[in-house]
Amino acid sequence: MNPSDTTTVIGFFTGDGFAGYADAVAGIVFLIMLATTLIGGIIACSAERLVRAVSGLALCFIGVAAIYYYLNSPFVAMMQMLIYIGAVCVTIAFAIMLAAPEESKKNGPSGPLSGPLGLITAGLVTMGMAGLAVNTTFSVLPKENMGEVKLIGVELLTSYSMVFELVSIVLLIAIIGSLVIARHGRSK
Amino acid sequence: MSLTILNAVIAVVIAIAFAALNAAYLVWAERRGAGRIQRRPGPNVNGPLGLLQPPADGLKLMTKQLVIPGGADKALFMVAPVLAMAPAIMSFVTIPFSDSIVARSMDIGVLMIFAFASLGAMSVLLAGWSSRNKYGVMASVRAVSQNISYEIPMLITVITIVMMTGTMNLKELVASQSGGIWNWNIVPSLSSPLMPISFLIFFTCSLAETNRAPFDLGEAESELVAGFHTEYGSMGFGLFFMGEYANIVIGASLITILFLGGWDCPLGLFPGVWWFLLKIYVLIFSFIWIRWTFPRTTIYGLLNLSWKILIPISLFNLLLTAGLLKVF
Repeated sequence: MNPSDTTTVIGFFTGDGFAGYADAVAGIVFLIMLATTLIGGIIACSAERLVRAVSGLALCFIGVAAIYYYLNSPFVAMMQMLIYIGAVCVTIAFAIMLAAPEESKKNGPSGPLSGPLGLITAGLVTMGMAGLAVNTTFSVLPKENMGEVKLIGVELLTSYSMVFELVSIVLLIAIIGSLVIARHGRSK
Repeated sequence: MSLTILNAVIAVVIAIAFAALNAAYLVWAERRGAGRIQRRPGPNVNGPLGLLQPPADGLKLMTKQLVIPGGADKALFMVAPVLAMAPAIMSFVTIPFSDSIVARSMDIGVLMIFAFASLGAMSVLLAGWSSRNKYGVMASVRAVSQNISYEIPMLITVITIVMMTGTMNLKELVASQSGGIWNWNIVPSLSSPLMPISFLIFFTCSLAETNRAPFDLGEAESELVAGFHTEYGSMGFGLFFMGEYANIVIGASLITILFLGGWDCPLGLFPGVWWFLLKIYVLIFSFIWIRWTFPRTTIYGLLNLSWKILIPISLFNLLLTAGLLKVF
């Protein structure tokens, strides 16, 4: 904004003149969130060191949480921070530190999709997704509430209780599976 | 939208200033308190009562060269101290100091503070790992296992309180306790007879979460040099230090809001920000007192305390409160 424009400055202080810039500022903030998510994702995929990859993943999750907050669901945003950064990333980093040191890490043989074939695949997938996004007519749903915790809880335990239970079964299967893998090859 | 960019900037500046001022002068209080407990004067040369010691320390830290050890992961080495300080400042945004002094009152205030506090573990991990130092890695593994295990009883205790009051908004939590000491959450009531024990659990967990003695295994000087910040000098170390004290202030504020009625007066008279500040500084003084009078525990003793004592008790309390809330 232009500081010499006095009316704007006064309006800025009272909060009225800000309205005209709200869209622009919101757009910039949204772009920053997108950039954070994308940069985090790229670091997570391309980093040589595993700990750096985890840090990239954490950055990506922060971006996603910010987008949730932007979309007016602070509860989901905070849960994203608490679970994905506070628990998932920390656990992965913890596991990396307890595992072999970085020096002994060797690159495995590259798969069939490395090189030009991979580039073509990535291009095709991007084109498909972009085409889908451009050609779909998105219908804007009416805003029903402010995303209160109470409403989310009630919905989870009434309308979506089946999904809720299924997710917990998936978690149980994951825990049993990891136990089986961890026990494999170990003497009784 | 009443929240303009200017308001947001002012709120953030005040939050940073409050955190930095507290960090500086709590270090002074800590050193004076330690001196008192150990029968020596503590810093008393610079200014009256040594009050000019914190600015002098700050200047020294800021003018020192930032040495990055060879073989360290430079980017992560620089990010870790920032990650220690930034979440703490974010948490100040939602803490209500009185009925009107709050930067942004959120419906999910409690959740937000815990979400940002969980970033602290990541900072400790990155600091220890990126400085490429045995002591650093060992200390960060210790500190994180400690943080993870003490977060559980802490959150269970918070769930108990949220169940009782039916809100996660910090302002409403205080409002539900207004009107005198008998309404505070720490006082046992018919539906929650074990509240004093919950308070003790939460207090112990906040000591452990802020890596304070007797639970300071992440920076046990006698075993691990200086723990995860062994390789940090100048402002890198300064940021870890400020982050630690900012976290102590947040811990004390959270205890005050959840258990001690926030800005409410014990007798129901003159509620205001002064009561809040009085309560958090009494709590911080007790943190300092405990640090200098108790010996450090072992890592096994620490983890056993959480998994075998605190978690079962807090779970039992959760179930008991849930049952009694249904009955009464």
